[in-house]
Amino acid sequence: MLQEESDLSLIIAQIVQKLKGSNLYAQLERQAWASLQRPEIKLESLKEDIKEFFKISGWEKKLQNAVYSELSVFPLPSHPAAPPEHLKEPLVYMRKAQGSWEKRILKSLNSMCTELSIPLARKRPVGEQKELLNKWNEMGTDEPDLSLFRPVYAPKDFLEVLINLRNPNYENGDSLSFRTHLGLIQVPLKVKDIPELKEFFVELGLTTGQLGIDDSTQVPPELFENEHVRIGQKVLTEQDSAAAQQYIRQGSPTALRAELWALILNISSHPEDILYYEQLKTNVIQHDLLVDSLIYKDVKLTASNDDYYFVFEDYLYQVLLCFSRDTSVLSHFAYNSASPPKSYIRGKLGLEEYAVFYPPNGVIPFHGFSMYVAPLCFLYHEPSKLYQIFREMYVRFFFRLHSISSHPSGIVSLCLLFETLLQTYLPQLFYHLREIGAQPLRISFKWMVRAFSGYLATDQLLLLWDRILGYNSLEILAVLAAAVFAFRAVNLMEVTSLAAAEVSLGEGQIQLFAPDSVLVITF
Amino acid sequence: MSRPKNQNYKGHGLPKGKEREQRASIRFKTTLMNTLMDVLRHRPGWVEVKDEGEWDFYWCDVSWLRENFDHTYMGEHVRISHFRNHYELTRKNYMVKNLKRFRKQLEREAGKLEAAKCDFFPKTFEMPCEYHLFVEEFRKNPGITWIMKPVARSQGKGIFLFRRLKDIMDWKKGTAGKKLTSLEAQPARNTVNPSGSHDTRSSEDQKDEIPVENYVAQRYIENPYLIGGRKFDLRVYVLVMSYIPLRAWLYRDGFARFSNTRFTLNSIDDQYVHLTNVAVQKTSPDYHPKKGCKWMLQRFRQYLASKHGPEAVETLFSDMDNIFIRSLQSVQKVIISDKHCFELYGYDILIDQDLKPWLLEVNASPSLTASSQEDYELKTCLLEDTLHIVDMEARLTGREKRVGGFDLMWNDGPVSREEGGPDLSGMGNFVTNTHLGSLDYFTDVERVSRC
Repeated sequence: MLQEESDLSLIIAQIVQKLKGSNLYAQLERQAWASLQRPEIKLESLKEDIKEFFKISGWEKKLQNAVYSELSVFPLPSHPAAPPEHLKEPLVYMRKAQGSWEKRILKSLNSMCTELSIPLARKRPVGEQKELLNKWNEMGTDEPDLSLFRPVYAPKDFLEVLINLRNPNYENGDSLSFRTHLGLIQVPLKVKDIPELKEFFVELGLTTGQLGIDDSTQVPPELFENEHVRIGQKVLTEQDSAAAQQYIRQGSPTALRAELWALILNISSHPEDILYYEQLKTNVIQHDLLVDSLIYKDVKLTASNDDYYFVFEDYLYQVLLCFSRDTSVLSHFAYNSASPPKSYIRGKLGLEEYAVFYPPNGVIPFHGFSMYVAPLCFLYHEPSKLYQIFREMYVRFFFRLHSISSHPSGIVSLCLLFETLLQTYLPQLFYHLREIGAQPLRISFKWMVRAFSGYLATDQLLLLWDRILGYNSLEILAVLAAAVFAFRAVNLMEVTSLAAAEVSLGEGQIQLFAPDSVLVITF
Repeated sequence: MSRPKNQNYKGHGLPKGKEREQRASIRFKTTLMNTLMDVLRHRPGWVEVKDEGEWDFYWCDVSWLRENFDHTYMGEHVRISHFRNHYELTRKNYMVKNLKRFRKQLEREAGKLEAAKCDFFPKTFEMPCEYHLFVEEFRKNPGITWIMKPVARSQGKGIFLFRRLKDIMDWKKGTAGKKLTSLEAQPARNTVNPSGSHDTRSSEDQKDEIPVENYVAQRYIENPYLIGGRKFDLRVYVLVMSYIPLRAWLYRDGFARFSNTRFTLNSIDDQYVHLTNVAVQKTSPDYHPKKGCKWMLQRFRQYLASKHGPEAVETLFSDMDNIFIRSLQSVQKVIISDKHCFELYGYDILIDQDLKPWLLEVNASPSLTASSQEDYELKTCLLEDTLHIVDMEARLTGREKRVGGFDLMWNDGPVSREEGGPDLSGMGNFVTNTHLGSLDYFTDVERVSRC
């Protein structure tokens, strides 16, 4: 009991510390001072009156939302004496694996740099700056020669690393038993089983209404849809983050989605935010980074070729180029097992005073990275808002999909969850696929790493991402992947090769009708 | 063989089932070598005839029609894919005339408000005969952009934009212009028959003149709705089974065609920016065939709904329904409604920034060539469903409101989404039976099954 209390007070102290540095704190202070003018604030009961004022004027709600937001990202409580690395990742072997993976990526980047003799960063000449500024809204028309650039890595390279992960303290034994895990991931992490998942995802049960299923034209809207939309509007009026998060577990109506996501992620567009984005834009104009070419290449290879997202090509550049210069992203490395790569000023290798993070936000894009942004273009059209939403989505969720950690929403756990579900509930299928050399994870990995972006139709994808926000967890990706296999089990039992299995699952786009119904089937 | 028609029953135009003959095989003919050929060849019981063989079904092209329709005998059951004088709707200058006349009639009969519903066509003037009227309008609105389009060409050929009369003078000096000048000097020739229809042969009667290529000058819509900074237009398919009475079906699917480059009014010479035909885009240096630059209508509808809310989108789509119905009504009395004929039109619609739809043109021969896999699937389903409705196999009951992806939009009167007849009292929620771009996966139950 005492331990919990001291944990709680520690958390409170940390959150207060964090919020004190934020814009909200300054605003609250200003509001408090301004409220002294009001007649209802009396000197004798100053504290209570101001509190009351905050409640009525909605400022308390804003504070609640901010606290809620912090709690959502706050790492799990740990021992107060734990060193900061433990906050990033408690397991040593995972940390080591992540460290060596990072070294490999950096090596690949550096060698590309030397091969092409392009500097990692350079200042643009004034003429080039002007040109870029003019073309800012149509960077997609630029066709730079990108043939020599290659993506630093692709999801399948990352998968190979994960397959080779081993816990040195765990002895599996050579004998096969019914406990043996037949999949590719061989680390003993705790993942939820179906009863636990049922409990966790209780709102996705068969008896609860869902958007995407219960709002189809055959179902009369009075049954579910109308009421659900009404509640959604109420949630938005109240501006309550926690309520929104609970609400969205049943899916968000199309018209309300943009606002709901902004509310849950606690994004509001203040002039300071717009200014910050403009500042990033100026950085892009002034300096050219090698990473920019990687971004260009990625967009051209993935989003521009996509039937749905090619229209938004320009927005993608505007978001991603700014993203790579945003140093505020560095703060998420406190709870990310990854660490930002360091680069040294020419000639000063090893000297810490001359070290900079490269790229400035510490995130090196890989093949398919731009697909994290593309679906958001459906919802947000104002560049700085789109940018904020993407950044928040990244530092809350997406970073976990390409770093090695033991977190339940980390990609390693997701892979293990997927394989365990399949092996436990569809053992025959799993065994068959393994026998023909088509380990299921080899097919579903790319779906999960991209959070299904590009593999599901946009409307279905957005319904899926509703649930990610609603449950504050990426586990749904593994469950959906398993459900897809379950859905196609009959066809898959007949295939005889990995290639045939890919085709059966709809290479490129997964042909699903309402993934929600598939999820519901699984439960 | 004659089949009696039951006048009292409000089906969609088919005689009662028992009396229709089931044919052992259906002989079809077509000159098109694309998706259509695939669909026809795969249809069970349909057999291709070549050259001079007798046919039951002919998907012809318009030139054949012009030369042969009048002296071809067709049996009762025979079907052909065009109306004799479809150009009343599809040639820009005729369509404008018909629409203007219809509008006047509406204004007389039902008042200004009702007539205003026909204002979906940008102001258009036929050249050369309306050149003086055009100049008057031009002078009233200085600085706006106009677009010059040849009347009968397709795929974006021959189109250019202009802002100054000087630009027309320059153009007139070119080859097209010589024809224009010679006609301009003569009084406007009335080639309209008393019935209101046009006679295509009249232009060829003018013996001493160079064959004229007619143009129209149309007000260019300067504030198109942009997505991702790009201009687009919508292609929607409407199937007309007869004009008298008017029976029209609307296909749920269609697509938005994007221009490959960002929209700006600065470069009106850049036809790639302004013209969204895939045919033109294909020649743009930016064009990547894999891209396709098309969005299915469902995608488009969803995008708009998340940006403007579902009500605004409902309004837009019902305004589009209005365009289809009124444009067909305007030519109803002039088109020769032969029972052998049906026609699949491709409507080109442009949306402006106020979410108002504009009719750009109607195509009698919409492209059936597929530009991508998705496009191929759309066109295949479109054609299959068209053939289901033409119903050479005599399987429909005649009471259907939906066949495959087609919804019965107009059946000699509005068709309601709800059960029962149209709401004649004028009160209550009458919602038309159209579902353009709606996210509804076709259930197999509703498809006419293959035999």
